[in-house]
Amino acid sequence: MAKISLIVNGNPVTGNVDPRTLLVQFLRENLRLTGTHVGCDTSQCGACVVHLDGKAVKSCTTLAVMADGHEVKTIEGLAADGAPLHPMQEAFREHHGLQCGFCTPGMIMTAIDIVHRKGHELDDHTIREELEGNLCRCTGYQNIVASIAAGAKAMAKSDLA
Amino acid sequence: MYEFKYHRPGTVRQAANLLVKNEDAKVIAGGHTLIPVMKQRLASPPHLVDLSHIEGLNTIEMKGRSLAIGATAKHAEVATSAIVGEAIPALADLASQIGDPAVRHRGTIGGSLANNDPTADYPAAVLALGATIVTNKRRLKAEEYFQGLFSTALEADEIITKVMFPLPKKAAYIKFRNQASRYALVGVFVARRPSDVRVAVTGAGSNGVFRVEAFEEALKKRFSSKVLDGIEVPAEGLNSDIHGSAEYRAHLIGVLTRRALDAANAKE
Repeated sequence: MAKISLIVNGNPVTGNVDPRTLLVQFLRENLRLTGTHVGCDTSQCGACVVHLDGKAVKSCTTLAVMADGHEVKTIEGLAADGAPLHPMQEAFREHHGLQCGFCTPGMIMTAIDIVHRKGHELDDHTIREELEGNLCRCTGYQNIVASIAAGAKAMAKSDLA
Repeated sequence: MYEFKYHRPGTVRQAANLLVKNEDAKVIAGGHTLIPVMKQRLASPPHLVDLSHIEGLNTIEMKGRSLAIGATAKHAEVATSAIVGEAIPALADLASQIGDPAVRHRGTIGGSLANNDPTADYPAAVLALGATIVTNKRRLKAEEYFQGLFSTALEADEIITKVMFPLPKKAAYIKFRNQASRYALVGVFVARRPSDVRVAVTGAGSNGVFRVEAFEEALKKRFSSKVLDGIEVPAEGLNSDIHGSAEYRAHLIGVLTRRALDAANAKE
């Protein structure tokens, strides 16, 4: 077993994990942060995307021990309970950017990462290229792209990064 | 995934010692090839040596007239580095096409080269640019480094520390993706170097990355897609699978080489 300590959604957490524990397992099973999903489990679908030190990564392809000493943000960390949603979450709600919702946490974490790297004015082509690693089986992507474009703009006016 | 013991050395020397001490230990950095393979139980190393916390191993800098990229530099770092963009824009462009954004935040150049997947992108750049692989023990030329499918000249306790790229006069990389996996069905890197021209192909060869000497010979006289008229790439020795026949891949090599030449010449 390996002792790990990291910051998750701003809070210090510790754990005693088998080194083969994936970051997504640690988040879901140890910390009960079940907003991060396991879809394909082969680093293709992006349902498991979280931010590691501020960058979008696939938590199904990262060992929990590799995150030791680092900072993780999950979908639960975007807005406090009961507080208004993060502007990207709000944009997905407003623009109907989801149907079953399974891919949504990963979509939103990827979307915020796109804004961090590419700014607040995103054209459709850029968004579609950047979504290469996030799969949705319901929507046909149209409203996801619209949500991200709107969410990116809204983030410029918000305190929530 | 089978059980293993995890090590996090602070220096390359410590990492090498761990490899000597622990038989069948594997090096991990970004883990974007090794973890999937371990999940499928195709690999079950009893020890993992994590290089990702060794300071300075991801440095990107100019060393004399070569571009030096540290082994743990991530694809996203190479893709967005101003130094790479200035020195060898084709290399930054190649890195920006690997996997997807989240994969590029984790995967490393050293990991890609140590694994030597026959469809990986970096091997084409290393071979075409005539790069040198620097390890904790020695310096290896690209030609001696790649030794076939998933096979390299690296010894069991040898660790890549950086890759040195001499600057080309012109270069470009074009890949044709498998529509499902997005890996290179065929990828071609062309480089006009001060002394010669190289054309390296990934994805197509049944023995990994290789050079197209017939093209190189013709291009030495004139670095233009026009001189390739009438030169055919033989299908012999190329992969044939459900994604494409050897003949189709041979055809793609010709098409992509021409596109890469046009792209390299358009950059002026």
